[in-house]
Amino acid sequence: MHDAGKIIGGLIIFLALITSPIWYNLASGKADYTPELKYVTDETQCVMPTEYMKTRHMDLLNDWRNAVVRDGIRIHTSHEGRKFNMSLTNTCMDCHSNKADFCDQCHDYSAVGQPNCWDCHIVPGEVQ
Amino acid sequence: MGLDRRKFLTIAGITAATTIGKKVIGDTTDVEPATGLPQETPLVGHRWAMVIDTRKCREKSGCTKCIDACHAAHNVPQFDNPKDEVKWIWKEHYKEAFPQQEHEHIKEGLLEMPAIVMCNHCDNPPCVKVCPTQSTWKRNDGIVMMDMHRCIGCRYCVAACPYGSRSFNWRDPRPFIDKTNPEYPTRTRGVVEKCNFCAERLAQGLPPACVEACEEKALVFGDLEDPESEVRALLRENYAIRRKPSLGTNPEIYYIV
Amino acid sequence: MIEKALIGDKKYYGWVAFLLAVIGVGFIFYLRQLNYGLGMTGLSRDVSWGFYIAQFTFLVGVAASAVMVVLPYYLHNYKAFGKLTILGEFLAIGSVIMCMLFIFVDLGQPFRGANIVLHPTPHSLMFWDMIALGGYLLLNVLISRITLDAERKGIAPPKWIKPFIIISIPWAISIHTVTAFLYSGLAARSFWMTAVLAPRFLASAFASGPAILIIMVMLIRKFTRFDPGKEPIQKLAVIATYAMCVNIFLVLMEVFTVFYSDIPEHLHHFQFLFVGLEGNTTLVPWMWTSVVLAIFAIILLVNPKTRRNESILAVASVAVFVSIWIDKGLGMVVAGFQPSPLGKVTQYWPTWTEFFISMGVYGIGAFLVTIFYKMTLSLRGETGKKEKIEEVAKEANTIAG
Repeated sequence: MHDAGKIIGGLIIFLALITSPIWYNLASGKADYTPELKYVTDETQCVMPTEYMKTRHMDLLNDWRNAVVRDGIRIHTSHEGRKFNMSLTNTCMDCHSNKADFCDQCHDYSAVGQPNCWDCHIVPGEVQ
Repeated sequence: MGLDRRKFLTIAGITAATTIGKKVIGDTTDVEPATGLPQETPLVGHRWAMVIDTRKCREKSGCTKCIDACHAAHNVPQFDNPKDEVKWIWKEHYKEAFPQQEHEHIKEGLLEMPAIVMCNHCDNPPCVKVCPTQSTWKRNDGIVMMDMHRCIGCRYCVAACPYGSRSFNWRDPRPFIDKTNPEYPTRTRGVVEKCNFCAERLAQGLPPACVEACEEKALVFGDLEDPESEVRALLRENYAIRRKPSLGTNPEIYYIV
Repeated sequence: MIEKALIGDKKYYGWVAFLLAVIGVGFIFYLRQLNYGLGMTGLSRDVSWGFYIAQFTFLVGVAASAVMVVLPYYLHNYKAFGKLTILGEFLAIGSVIMCMLFIFVDLGQPFRGANIVLHPTPHSLMFWDMIALGGYLLLNVLISRITLDAERKGIAPPKWIKPFIIISIPWAISIHTVTAFLYSGLAARSFWMTAVLAPRFLASAFASGPAILIIMVMLIRKFTRFDPGKEPIQKLAVIATYAMCVNIFLVLMEVFTVFYSDIPEHLHHFQFLFVGLEGNTTLVPWMWTSVVLAIFAIILLVNPKTRRNESILAVASVAVFVSIWIDKGLGMVVAGFQPSPLGKVTQYWPTWTEFFISMGVYGIGAFLVTIFYKMTLSLRGETGKKEKIEEVAKEANTIAG
């Protein structure tokens, strides 16, 4: 193979760069960190079962968005039969008012985008 | 305990609404209810409209209560640069609001008379016709709604509106909001916004913010399909005009001049 | 075939490097605009469309004008255009991509742009504009690929491409008609709501397109061995002449209707453009320049003696192009918004942001057209004057080795 030295050398550098997030996190100790969710509400049940919320809260929010804005339907009945107003700021953030210790814990850790909901929807406590 | 109280209030509210409400609001049974908070009962209509009695408004010159109430309730920003202006409701003079309906010897004071203008929630809205993503559409109850989530900011609707009712966010509005209302979202740069006839307040059984704020009761909101409504009574008894009627948009804001 | 665009002489590399620099600067300004919002432009609540959309409108015309070369060749067997059809198609591809880019940079929420596809809205003209432009792009990419490939192999193009070429002719007309409909269906804007807008768009497109093709052919002829002969250039000039006459005629029709009927609402827009309105005279010198250039061009073009003189023809072509660019690319869009529905005139002039972003988009278009043309000319062995022999030899070596 011509230029074997350059090719293999280049490949090694490439592999090092592309795996850098893994070995950097291992080396700096950041890999040991796990998100800790804190609850500041006395309520014990969310608008849907916890397992559902963990995996599909974004689906719920999208459904709520379409229901409220486009269909004019604003009341959500939970699995316990309780009625809630379909509102991110007024319902969800009413109980989970500690965004930094709740939402951000997982979203920052997994870098699953800081969702741009917050461009418009108000975070309690961040109001002037 | 809390569950029972909520259930009781809901049932009580619905009972009250269907008995008393039928006389005031009209037949609500065949309309999709715009439900609000579980405790409140919504205002329901088939064809929402507004009658503005400009004679009453004129008496309090300098008053901006309706504008302030709307902009405060909806977190409408106040930009210092007029280029970036965002407004849902504002005052124009008769001359600007009703062009081609003026002449040299017009009734004294009429030209400078303030006319409160906002989205007309037209029956045949050109903005709805041109929106490429259906981010604006006409609801069954007549309100021309805005979906800020879907809007791509192409501003075709702004070009199509014959009344200049729509505003675009040329930059981030948040630093320019005087006092944020935490119960209603703000918008972000790149989307179009306009008066929404306070759809969120109607869902809670409240009239639009501007209507509630006017001390002279110059703004009257109601259902045109209900023959007993105040708006119908006002239109029966007074001559009212609309903005640019020849364009066929069929605006639903009527002005008694 | 694209690899042919990677090799060229110093002038070629210099030109490409310049274009990449322009694109880079435009990109940086676009990032600033994304961050701040469209407030970085000169647009305002009353003048909500401006330079970007005007460039889009103008370039749809240039894209459509490829039909002026395709139609005579494929429908009427006008052999003289044989060397030019592919250049027309490449110009169309570059123009359509620029159109789409101008729309993209004008959007307030560009990353939501997929919503037009996710929520199709047949009652909106913008939906149909997307279909028309997208389809036209695909057609031209397909046709140019197949025909150039056939030329490379030295055979005739396959028969199945013919229907696509035929469809591209009415499709070209449709893209500019749909774009005109965007404007001419709006009851709110009396300057645009005229039945003559679509014919005017097409006429000005069929004048400015051939004009730019003439200029480009002359430029390429100067720097390479490409020479289609005098006849195609003269034919393009005749087409541009007739189209420019129709365009001017239609403008005069508008002027008559507006000024004779005396309706203030319609008059105001023309006043804004030609004498100024409420003290705002920003576009007045530009519009009169456009008029003077148009008259100057038409005098040179109609007279066969001046038209046949290629130097004078070049000047006339530039005059046509600039005149129509001012009309569509500066005047038309802004005048629709002045005065506003409430009778106000708001000053509008593009900011530096708009200028550099627009230059970036034009740079992308020029870049695409450059590499496509280079590819074509290299294929035909018509690049460079002296280097041809070395290049052919080099290619022979690479094929052999």
